[in-house]
Amino acid sequence: MNVAVVCFPASTCDLDLLAALTQVEGCNPKLVRHDEEDLSDFAAAILPGGFAYGDYLRAGAIAARTPIMTAVARLAAQGGPVLGICNGFQILVEAGLLPGSLLRNQSVQFICEWVRVRVENDATPFSLLTPKGSVLRLPIAHNEGRFYLPPREWRALERSDGIVFRYVDGTGAASRSGNSNGSVGSIAGIANAQGNVVGLMPHPERACDTLLSPDGSVDGQLIFQSLLRYADGVK
Amino acid sequence: VLKPAHYDVDVTISNRPQARDPEGETIHRELIAQAGYAEVKEVRVAKLLKIRIAAASPKEARHTVWKICNELRIFNPAAHVCTVSVGPVAK
Repeated sequence: MNVAVVCFPASTCDLDLLAALTQVEGCNPKLVRHDEEDLSDFAAAILPGGFAYGDYLRAGAIAARTPIMTAVARLAAQGGPVLGICNGFQILVEAGLLPGSLLRNQSVQFICEWVRVRVENDATPFSLLTPKGSVLRLPIAHNEGRFYLPPREWRALERSDGIVFRYVDGTGAASRSGNSNGSVGSIAGIANAQGNVVGLMPHPERACDTLLSPDGSVDGQLIFQSLLRYADGVK
Repeated sequence: VLKPAHYDVDVTISNRPQARDPEGETIHRELIAQAGYAEVKEVRVAKLLKIRIAAASPKEARHTVWKICNELRIFNPAAHVCTVSVGPVAK
């Protein structure tokens, strides 16, 4: 499966993502630049984290208007799986491919820590191998990760199974202590109405190697392996 | 037909009133309230874009800037409110 890893000026997690995807059997990842216009050789696209265009104006706002995003939108419209990680999530939101916004963390601090997220929707191409209700250990590292939607739209997203991942505490509950950036509804990741476009703030690519994990967990692999499982189902 | 002039237009982007603004809250609590200014009831941080634009009239300047704000998503309508204010003709 050909997977595009989309790089913008100041993407910083592109090579980590490439390395993580390379470990997944059957996955053929390739870096694609922001100024390219064609993704027809790719079955899926993943937008990595970083600080595209210096996060000027708003994280993701300028990257969302680059030529490659027209191709990403086309791929998404055709039902192709698209994932945005951290800054990639911010870009998908600013491009209008996902609803909502990512505001400055409630603590007004950059947060870099391992968190727990509970899977709320296991029907997306990126959560097929993570059963609903299971809890994943993943790291976050962001300044603008507080997911926000006006209350009515947020509740509509809840009803439509748009929430894919939710921050939880050590007991598995979506409490305030588990939600360090202050997102509405402890939302860590969402999907579009069709389910093929997913964004999340945690970094699965940093949770794919026991050497990089505080407790040996490699839950991030499940997100990428899900994509390959999804592709198998589509064939 | 009016001759085009340059107008200075201020675009202000701030969080919706329902969306918490932790930066404003911190400035209010830790700086202003801390200094004893109890009469200050709220502080909200906003982003200001100062745009100089050539237009035939203030109305046209406002119209074009609003078009830019919406087309290029200068603000995110899910979280922000945006105001556009046209100043006098720029020298």
